Amino acid sequence: MLTRLANPLRFMAFSRWAGPLFSAAAAVLIAAGLWFGFSAPPDYQQGETVRIMFVHVPAAWVALTAYAALGGASFVSLVFRHALADIAARAVAPIGAIFTLMALVTGSFWGRPMWGAWWVWGDARLVSMLVLFLLFVGYLALRASIEDETKAARAAEILAIVGLINLPVIKFSVEWWNTLHQGESLLRKGGPLVASVYLTPLFLMGGGYMAIFAALWLARTRAEVWRRRALTLRDRGAA
Amino acid sequence: MIDLAHTAGRYGAYVWPAYGASAVGLVALIVDTLTRARGWRREVDRLRAELTLIESDNAD
Repeated sequence: MLTRLANPLRFMAFSRWAGPLFSAAAAVLIAAGLWFGFSAPPDYQQGETVRIMFVHVPAAWVALTAYAALGGASFVSLVFRHALADIAARAVAPIGAIFTLMALVTGSFWGRPMWGAWWVWGDARLVSMLVLFLLFVGYLALRASIEDETKAARAAEILAIVGLINLPVIKFSVEWWNTLHQGESLLRKGGPLVASVYLTPLFLMGGGYMAIFAALWLARTRAEVWRRRALTLRDRGAA
Repeated sequence: MIDLAHTAGRYGAYVWPAYGASAVGLVALIVDTLTRARGWRREVDRLRAELTLIESDNAD
């Protein structure tokens, strides 16, 4: 599948129908997630703030997925010199940055009433998520600051690949260090700690966020393909 | 039935801004993505038309 889509023409044909499909799926899933999320009763400990989970956790899932995609695409581009991989990496970085920021901001709104603090510098989960945001911003800044696009891509790809080390740090930060952030509560032995009444809206919103992420990534990759075609046409016109 | 005005209770000052920030982030991403995609597609169409004109002029 991925090998087939590595051809830009096939990718453009695929994304023409897949993009709207993911968008429609996202709209349905998010609408259903919001409905179930606001229909669920308040948590016995956290009260109404539990509803922040339905936007905070999916944003964090997408942020990590986006970085894995950025690192993977950067690796393929650097090692195999595949143009579409470089295009996909460039397209996913701003999406990842915004979703990471969304996770940080919504987490802050959740942390203030629950922990009594907007931000805790000593918390490994919070700081490692901030590092993730800075990695996305650093990648974008590197690409923007070097005029030669090929050199910019190589430098940014190396940063993206090195930054992959942050993903397991984020994942296991709540186990390796003492943090205010709650520990693993979904994928754990003995089943999820989250009450089942909250799991339905959480997974609906998670599916919706993943679908909108896929739709945005496809659309931005298409935009980047067109940008490069425009630059090629400009060169042809100037010649 | 969901009562949006009272759903967040005394924590509304935290719940609604969290949803607002998420909505702003998503809308900003969607608008920026669509603007870029349409802009570059139009630019490709314009350049193609321009190049076709130049090539037909040269052929004449």
